[in-house]
Amino acid sequence: MTEPAAVDVRGLRHRFGDHVAVDGIDLQVLPGEVFGLLGPNGAGKTTTIRVLNTLLPAQEGDVFVFGHDVRRSQTAVRRLLGYVPQQLSIEAALTGRENVSWFARLFDVPRRERRARVDEALGSMGLLDAADRLAGTYSGGMVRRLELAQALVNQPALLVLDEPTVGLDPVARGSVWEHVERMRLTTGMTVLVTTHYMEEADAMCDRVAMMHLGTIRVVGQPEELRRALGPGATLEDVFRRETGNTLDGEEIGKGGLREIRRTRRTAGRVG
Amino acid sequence: MRSAALAGLPAASAERPAPPALWRRFPSRTATFCLVELQKLSHDRTELFTRAVQPVLWLVIFGQTFSRIHAIPTGSTSYLDFLAPGIIAQSGLFVAIFYGIQIIWERDAGVLNKLLVTPTPRAALILGKGFSAGIRALAQVVVVLVVSAILGVALTVNPLKIVATFVIVMLGSAFFACLSMSIAGIVLKRDRLMGIGQMITMPLFFASNALYPLAVMPAWLRALSKVNPLTYEVNALRGLLIGTPANYPVDFAVLIAFVIAGVTTASLLIGRLAR
Repeated sequence: MTEPAAVDVRGLRHRFGDHVAVDGIDLQVLPGEVFGLLGPNGAGKTTTIRVLNTLLPAQEGDVFVFGHDVRRSQTAVRRLLGYVPQQLSIEAALTGRENVSWFARLFDVPRRERRARVDEALGSMGLLDAADRLAGTYSGGMVRRLELAQALVNQPALLVLDEPTVGLDPVARGSVWEHVERMRLTTGMTVLVTTHYMEEADAMCDRVAMMHLGTIRVVGQPEELRRALGPGATLEDVFRRETGNTLDGEEIGKGGLREIRRTRRTAGRVG
Repeated sequence: MRSAALAGLPAASAERPAPPALWRRFPSRTATFCLVELQKLSHDRTELFTRAVQPVLWLVIFGQTFSRIHAIPTGSTSYLDFLAPGIIAQSGLFVAIFYGIQIIWERDAGVLNKLLVTPTPRAALILGKGFSAGIRALAQVVVVLVVSAILGVALTVNPLKIVATFVIVMLGSAFFACLSMSIAGIVLKRDRLMGIGQMITMPLFFASNALYPLAVMPAWLRALSKVNPLTYEVNALRGLLIGTPANYPVDFAVLIAFVIAGVTTASLLIGRLAR
C-alpha cells in the first residue's frame, strides 16, 4: 500500500462572499519534505492553510492530511498538526514553560512524559535557560522559537508555518530557520511553510508552489525553476515571470486590509 | 534543509495512539484552561485588587447608606445582609460579561486559531474559558466575603455552604462568559462587544433580585426577573450565605441549564471568529 501524501489538495476553491480567495487549486506535499507556498499578500496562501488545518471549511474540492479527510476527520487531522500562525500567538502572561506545557496538555501528552517532552521542545529551540521567565519579556525571535516549541511538543507529523519570519531581523530569521531545520533533521516531519521571502524559500524548501490571485502558477524545486528561466535567475525572477507582478503587492487590493494589517501588527510586535 | 530531505530521511510517523475517550478529554481540557487562568493570575495579581474595588464600594457605600434609610423592605433581614450575596453575584456578572473581549483579543493575537487547531472539543474550550471567568470571579467573592464579615453581615461559617457558594458563582460566571463569547462570535469586533456588554449589564443586574426583593418589583419586571439567571444565582447565594429560604434544586438546575445552553451556543459561534 502506498503511503498517503502529507497534504493532498484536489480542486480546492474557497470564497469570501463574492471574492474567490482560492480558485480550484491542486497540490501535493510529500511526507518528509519542506514545501513552500509562496506569493504576495492576498495570493490565497493563508486561506489554503486554514482549510487544511480545519480552521475554515472546505467549501469545494477535497483536502486530505496523511489520508485523513479534513471534512470528516477533523480531530484526526488536528492530532497530526503543529501550527504556528502569522501573528505572535504566545500568552505573554505565562512563562515559556507554562506556554509549552499548556499545549502538551491540549495534545494529550501523557502526564508521565509531559515534563520531559516540554523540556525537550524548549531545549530544541534553545529556550531552556529562559523557560521560567514570562514570555512577555522575550525578544521577537525568542517568541517565534517559543511558538515552534509549542507546536513541536506534540511531535507533529506536519508542521504548518504561516509566515514564520515576518517582521524578524535577519539574525532572528536565520535562527528560526536553523531551529526548524534541526528539528526537521531530527524528526523527519513534513514542513509546510508560507512566505513571501523568496530567498528563504530558495534556501530552505525542497519544493515550492507559487500562488497568485488564488491560483497556483507553478510548482517545482527552486533550483529547477531558476534553471529553467536561465543563468543567474533568482526565485523572485521566476515569480515575476509567472505572475507578471512584483512581490510588493501592487495588485494587493485583493489581498485584504485585514491580512496586511495583521502582517504589520506582527512586524510591529516583533520589531 | 533541502539536502536533508532529498537524502531520504524517514518522515515523521503519522500514526498516533488512540486519543483518550471524550469523557476523559472533556474534563481534562476544561481543567487545563482553568489551570492556565490560575497561572496567569499567579503572575499578575493587580487585577484581583483593582477589580475588588467596585464590589467593596457597593457594599460599603450603597449597602450601608440604604441600610440606614430602610428604603428597601427586606423583612427581618438587614439590608446589608440582603445585599451581600447580590454583590457577589454582581461581581461575577461584571467579570464575565466582558470575557468575550478576551476571546477577540486572542483571535487578533492568533492564540484562538492555535487553540482551535488542537484536538480540543470546542465545547470544552468554551466551558474552560467560562470557568476561567468563574475563577477570576471567585477571587472577588473572597474579598466580598471578608469585607462583609468586617461590616457585620451574618454570614454562614459552614464550609460546605461556602464551597456550594463557590460552585454557584462558577456556574453563574460561566453562563455570562458564554453569553459574552456568543456575542463576540456574532459581532466579531471588540468595540461592538463593549457597547453591547454595557447595554445588557445593567438590565441584567436591575432585572434581578440582587438589590431588592422580587416582591417590590412591578409585575413586568418580576416577569423579566423570572427568566434572568442572575435571579436564581442570587437566590441560591442568599440561601447558602445568610439562610433565607431558597429552592436549591431549581436554582442549580436553572443555572446548569443556562450553562449548557450557553456552551452550546458559544461553541457553534466561536468558529466565526477564526474565519
